[in-house]
Amino acid sequence: MIVCVKQIPDPALPGALDGATNTLKRDGKLILDDSDAYGVEMALQLVDASGGGEVSIISMAPNGETAGMRTALAMGAAKGILVSDPALQGSDALTTAKILAAAVQRLGGADLIIAGTESSDGYTGTVPEQMAEVLGLPSVTFAKKVKIDGGVLKANRQTEEGYDEVECALPALISVTAGVVEPRYPSFKGIMAAKSKPVEEVTASDLGVTPAGWAGAGQKVTLVAQAEARQAGEIVEDDGESFGKIIAFLENLKVI
Amino acid sequence: MAINSVWVFAQVTNGVATTGTLELLTKARSLSSNVTAILGGDASGVAAQLGEFGATKVYATGDLAGKLPGVAVSGAMKAIIDGGDQPDLILFPQNYEGRDVLSRLSVKLNKSVLTNSIDVAVDGDAVNATTPIFGGNTLVTTTFTGEGPYLVAFRPKSFAAEASGGAPAAIAAASVPDLGATGGAKVTAVHVEETTGPKLDEASIVVSGGRGLGEADKYAMVEELAKLLKGAPGASRAIVDAGWVPYSYQVGQTGKVVKPSVYIAAGISGATQHMVGMKGAKNIIAINKDKEAPIFGIADLGIVGDVHKVLPKLIEALKGR
Repeated sequence: MIVCVKQIPDPALPGALDGATNTLKRDGKLILDDSDAYGVEMALQLVDASGGGEVSIISMAPNGETAGMRTALAMGAAKGILVSDPALQGSDALTTAKILAAAVQRLGGADLIIAGTESSDGYTGTVPEQMAEVLGLPSVTFAKKVKIDGGVLKANRQTEEGYDEVECALPALISVTAGVVEPRYPSFKGIMAAKSKPVEEVTASDLGVTPAGWAGAGQKVTLVAQAEARQAGEIVEDDGESFGKIIAFLENLKVI
Repeated sequence: MAINSVWVFAQVTNGVATTGTLELLTKARSLSSNVTAILGGDASGVAAQLGEFGATKVYATGDLAGKLPGVAVSGAMKAIIDGGDQPDLILFPQNYEGRDVLSRLSVKLNKSVLTNSIDVAVDGDAVNATTPIFGGNTLVTTTFTGEGPYLVAFRPKSFAAEASGGAPAAIAAASVPDLGATGGAKVTAVHVEETTGPKLDEASIVVSGGRGLGEADKYAMVEELAKLLKGAPGASRAIVDAGWVPYSYQVGQTGKVVKPSVYIAAGISGATQHMVGMKGAKNIIAINKDKEAPIFGIADLGIVGDVHKVLPKLIEALKGR
C-alpha cells in the first residue's frame, strides 16, 4: 500500500503568501498534515488485517524536508519517496497529482493508494481523484469506513444525504475522511526506527515529469485583498444571568 | 477570452435540482446566454426547472447504474467536448460529486482547476475567480491564462438562486464512454441519514457545539436548544473527529457552509476551519469560557462563561415561554 502524505507549515501559525508568486509560503519547518495521519493509520490496519504487505509513503515538499514523513515512518510505514525540486515550487494540484502518480509508479504501483480528502493548508481537494485518473485507476473518495474482503475493497462513501456502500476492484485509490480511524501515536521505538528507514529523494526529471511550475499552471494570482472584517459586538462575562441577554437578543430579532 | 458558452455540473435530489445547481445556473446566465447543464442521470423531470433558472440545454447521461459520477460524468463531458461542443467555462459545486467530476475532467483535458471560489467575473478578456483564504480574511483573485475550458468549483451559497422564467431546457443525450479500469467502483447500497427538523444548511437558526461541551452526552443540550428554536444542530470538526456526532453535522471548511439568521456557537473556540463555514451568518452568538477565543472576534453577542451553566438556564427559560 502507498499513502500520500503532505508536509505542511504548522497550522497553528498564521499562513502567509510568497511576495513574488502569491502562492502559499512553505519554506519553514514542516509537519505531517493531521488529515494524512488517518490514511497512514488506515493503511497500517489494512496491512495487519490482510496478514502481510508493506506500507510506503510518498510526499512532495521543498528543501528535502522529511520531518513530517518521519512521523509517518515512526507510526509504522516502511519506506518513502520524497519528491523535492525547486522547479516544482508553486505547482498546481494537477501537476502535483502527476508527480505523485509518477512516484507511485516508481514504487512499482500498489494494491491500494490512500490519501486524505484535502490538505489542511491549501485544501484544493482534487489531488486524490486526479491521481486516480492519471494512473487509470478506479477511486472511492470521502471514504469513512474501509475494509478489504476477498480482494475487493468495500467502503462507505460520504454523500450529501448520508452514505453509499461502494465496492471496488483493486488496484484502486481511496481518499479517507478525518476520523475514519484513530491514528496511533508513534512509540519511542518507532521514532528511533524511523531515523534509519529509507527515504529516496528524487526530482521531477528523475520521475520523467516536466514540471509546469507556477507559470505553466494556466492561472495566475492577480489581486490579493483583505476581506471586510466582521466587527465584534457586545461581550459579557457570565454572572449567572447572562442567558437573559441571549433571550433579549433573540426577542429583538423576533425569532422567539 | 470572451465567454460564449458556460456549462454547469447539475445535480438532482429527490426529483428536483439541488439549490447549489440553481445558484450556479443563476450565475452562469449572467455571464453568457448560452448555458448548458450536464447531468449524471435522467433530465426529463427537471428540464423545466433547469430552464427556469437559465439553462437552455441539458445533456443527460441517463441512469448511471451504480457508476460513481466522478468517472462517468467526466467521461461524458470529455466525449461531448471531443465531439466539438466546447464550453469556455465549467462551473462545479464544491461538494463530493462536484469535486470528483472536476478532478477527473481536469486530467482528461489537462487543465488546471480552481476550487473553493466564491465569485467569477469577466473583465474584458480576463476571466477572474475570487477565492477566500486564511479563513476568509484574505480574498485572492486568480486570472485564467491560456485556452479554456476553465474549470472552477464554488462554495455553496456563493450566489443567490433566482429564477429567470426561461423556457424548459432542451434535452440532449450524453453517452458515458467505456470507462475501462477506472469504472471499477460500483455503488451497492444507498443510505439516507434521517434527520428531523430543518436541514443544517437551510435552517434559519443553527446551534453548534464544540469541544467545550467536554463530553459526548452533553451534545444533547445543543440538540435540545436547536429543537426549542426550531433550528438545526451543528458541530465543530473537533467533536466530529472525536466521534460524538456524524460528519453530516459538521460546519466549516470541510463540512457544511451555513448562512442562518442566527448562529449560536456553544463551546466552540473558533478555529479558522470552523469560521469559514459560519461567518456568513447574519447574527452570531458565542458562549465560551475562554475570553481570548477567536469566536468572540466575530460574535454580535459573546458570553464569556461555562456552557454547562449557561445552556441549561437558557433552555429552561425558553421552555417556560
